[in-house]
Order: sequence, then structure tokens, then C-alpha cells
Amino acid sequence: MFTIFGKFVLFLQSMVTRRERLAVLWARTVDEAMLIGVDSVFIVAIVSAFIGAVTCVQIAYNLTNPIIPQSTIGYMVREMTILELAPTITCIVLAGKVGSSIAGGLGTMRITEQISALEVMGINSTSYLVFPRILAAVLMFPLLVILAMVLSILGGYLAGTLTGAMAPQDYIEGIRTDFVPYNILFALIKSVVFAFLVSGISAFKGFNTSGGALEVGAASTGAVTNSIIAILIADFVLAAVLL
Amino acid sequence: MIEVSNIQKSFDGNAVLKGIDCTFETGKCNLLLGGSGTGKSVLLQCIVGLMKPDIGSITFDGTVYTNNKVAIRQEIRRKIGMLFQGSALFDSMTVSENVAFPLQMLTPEMSAEERRDRVEFCLKRVGLENAGEKMPAEISGGMKKRVGIARAIAPQCTYLFCDEPNSGLDPATSIKIDNLIHEITHEYDITTVIVTHDMNSVIEIGEHIIFLHQGKKLWDGTKDEILNVEVPELKDFIFSSSLVRAAKRVDDEGGLAAITDEHPEGANI
Repeated sequence: MFTIFGKFVLFLQSMVTRRERLAVLWARTVDEAMLIGVDSVFIVAIVSAFIGAVTCVQIAYNLTNPIIPQSTIGYMVREMTILELAPTITCIVLAGKVGSSIAGGLGTMRITEQISALEVMGINSTSYLVFPRILAAVLMFPLLVILAMVLSILGGYLAGTLTGAMAPQDYIEGIRTDFVPYNILFALIKSVVFAFLVSGISAFKGFNTSGGALEVGAASTGAVTNSIIAILIADFVLAAVLL
Repeated sequence: MIEVSNIQKSFDGNAVLKGIDCTFETGKCNLLLGGSGTGKSVLLQCIVGLMKPDIGSITFDGTVYTNNKVAIRQEIRRKIGMLFQGSALFDSMTVSENVAFPLQMLTPEMSAEERRDRVEFCLKRVGLENAGEKMPAEISGGMKKRVGIARAIAPQCTYLFCDEPNSGLDPATSIKIDNLIHEITHEYDITTVIVTHDMNSVIEIGEHIIFLHQGKKLWDGTKDEILNVEVPELKDFIFSSSLVRAAKRVDDEGGLAAITDEHPEGANI
């Protein structure tokens, strides 16, 4: 365990020592940002809208006490979405999509000697291949999480009003009640940490693949599993430290 | 010239290279010959820097590579071109972009126009002037090897390494690739090292051959000498080739010059 962690640290260090030119890295980061960010908008939108909708409907189903105002549903949807569901669930979804893509892509490059080709040319392969992926993830995950927050709350609104569970003005009142701006910052901090963990772990697993197609599949699976575990541990640690 | 001195390499206590000394001469096709698992590819990877030898040193034209400063090793690496066994073309780039890639990365001072001209020249040199816009998945194995050669020579390399350039190719295409490597070696006076177990390549382009067996260098010489050699392991290796066996049969039966007209002494085997 400690050996793997040590290798992971050295792996990350190798990205920044003897790095490639900034212009090259920036161009690569923009390319990766398109793949990681733009290509993930659809899945993030679908997942977050339905999470918001389901959360709203289930809270409404359980909140039957007439003393508790209907606006509480909106309040709870907002709190749950911003604090937990949007950053954590979105990043778990992205661990599956982006993490497997990074690990699979790098693993394939490794077994087809494309990484060796870079190294023979004197190019720092971790700097060229891994650093832009991590940077792109760190830039794009928070944007996707913001999108997820908005769509979750919107999904909750549509589900709550279209099913007749609550009146629109109650929901809007609820999401405006006792708003704590720090929660947004907390969610964004979580998304940056999760982005680093997902992209770093996935790149590490993919980069160190050896063997053939079977091992690439195993690296992708390992990347997703380890990323999700890391997200859940980090989620707890961040909540304990920052809240 | 590349000088390899007492290279040793083990994996989990299993010695793969057992103290290899050899020299790869400039302007020649140097062949690393041997059966599977004899350490050819490991030696090649040690030379190009993909693997670090346990003991020994490698010198490129008088500059020590092994254990030298990173900047010096980097400088040497930038003079190296390599053709990989599976070509190792970048899947996400077109053929032209693959050839342009080392130029973009290693010679940023080159203008876009100069780079384009160089890419066109290299693709033309390997006979692929019309394939520039194709993706690697759209071209044949032989074409991939040609693109690999074009990419290797694009930054005007001083050392060209080829890891089994004929693997997966039909005999006719293999000979074309061999001849292309041979022509390029002489045209640019570069030091070429080719890992192979193909006797056709030995006969076709083997100007300097180093025979490895069980991690040791057993013999080195020219393609003319190899046909008369008395090293049992090498003889076994040569006669494992059905082409050579057939040539010997023809020779035994009545004198058709074995192998090729250029190598009548080959009839001795």
C-alpha cells in the first residue's frame, strides 16, 4: 500500500520535473478539457436532473406532516444537492466515464508502445500525457458540478410542480430560505479534490499497464473502483474538516 | 558509432543480458540477430534508454549515455529515431501529423511551412506521399512501418533503431522495408540497429551482424562470414530457416548459387 502510494507520488512528481513547453501543454489541456468536460455534459445533465427530481418527489412523499411547510421540500433539495449529491454523485459518474477513458486510453498507448515512442523521442511522457489530463479535469469538474447543481434544483422544481406535489412558489421559497453561500464554495472545493483524485488515479493505473487488452480492461476497472473509493474517503475527510 | 560495454540486465534474479560488449558501426545496418527470448529487445531497450541496465555502459559517438546527466541523455535521445515492432503510431493523429509530431516537439523553432515541407519530403521518401490524410487504422501493416520510418527520420536522426521491422509482414513487403531501411542508412550515413530473427533480413541488408544466444554475444561479423561460421548455436539458428535449408538443398543437388548471386560463398553451408 505504502509502496503504491510512493510510486503514485513519484509519478505525479515526474509530471512537473522536466516538463514540456507551456504552449504544448496548454494546447493539450484544451483538447483534454473538450473530451473531459464538453463530452460529459449530456450524462451529467441527465443524471443531475433526475437526481433532483427523485429527491424532490421522495422528500414530498415522506413529508406528510401538515405542520411542516411545503417550502421545506425545496430547502432540502437545495441543501442535499449542493452539499452532497451534485459534487459527489457527479464526480462518481465522472469517475466511471472520464476515469475509465483516461485509464483505457493511456493503457492502450502503453501496450501499443506509443508511450515508449514518446520517451524515445526524449519527450517527458507523464508531462505530455498526464499533466494536461489532470489539469483539464481540475478545470472542468467544478464547471460540471455547477451545471449539476443548477439542473438538480431545476429537476426538483419540475418534478415537484408537474406531479402536483407542491406549488411552484413554495419550492422557490424553499430554495431561497437560509442560503449559505459557503456551501457552494465547499462543493467546488470537493469537486477540485475529486477531479484530482479521479484523473490522477486513473492516469496512474493506465500509465502503469503492462500486458495486453485484458490488462487494459483491468486497469480501467481498477481506475474506476479506486477512484470511487478515494472520492468517498475524501468526501468524509473534507466534510469533517471543512464543515 | 554506438559502443556497448559489459551490459548486464536481470529481471527478478533471472539474468537476461550477461555482459554484452559490441559496437554498432556508423553508416551500416547493424543486425542484432537471435532467437526469441535471447535478450535482443531488452538490449535494444537498454540502448535507447527505455530500460536501465544493471551494469555496463553505452556510448553514443564518444558521449557516455548510461548514468550521465539528464540533459545529456535528453540530447542524445533527440538524435534517436525508432521504428517499433507494432509501429507505435499515434492513433489519434493522421499519418502527416504522426510524422510532423517529433518536429513540433523537438524543433519548435521550425516554421509551419518548413515543417510541412519536411513532412512531405519524408512521406515521399518512404513512398507514402498520398497517404498523409489517412488515419493509422486505415492503412496496412507495411504502410504503418513506412510511416514509422518517416517519423523516425523526420527530425534528421543520427541513430535509427528498428525492433523487428518485418514482423507481421509478407515476404515481399518485408524485403521492401528492409531495402528502405538500408537505403536510408546509407543516404543519411546514420547508425542503424535492427533487431531481427529473420534470415531474409540478414541476407538482404546485414552489413554487420551480432548474434545473441541466451543473453550472451556469441558471434559478430558480416553477412558473408555468417554463412561459413562454425559456432554451433549460430549454425542451428541459420538452419532453422526453411529458406536457408531450401537453398542448401538446391546447392547440394547441383550448384545453383545459394542464397543470392552476390553471396556464392553461402553455398558452403
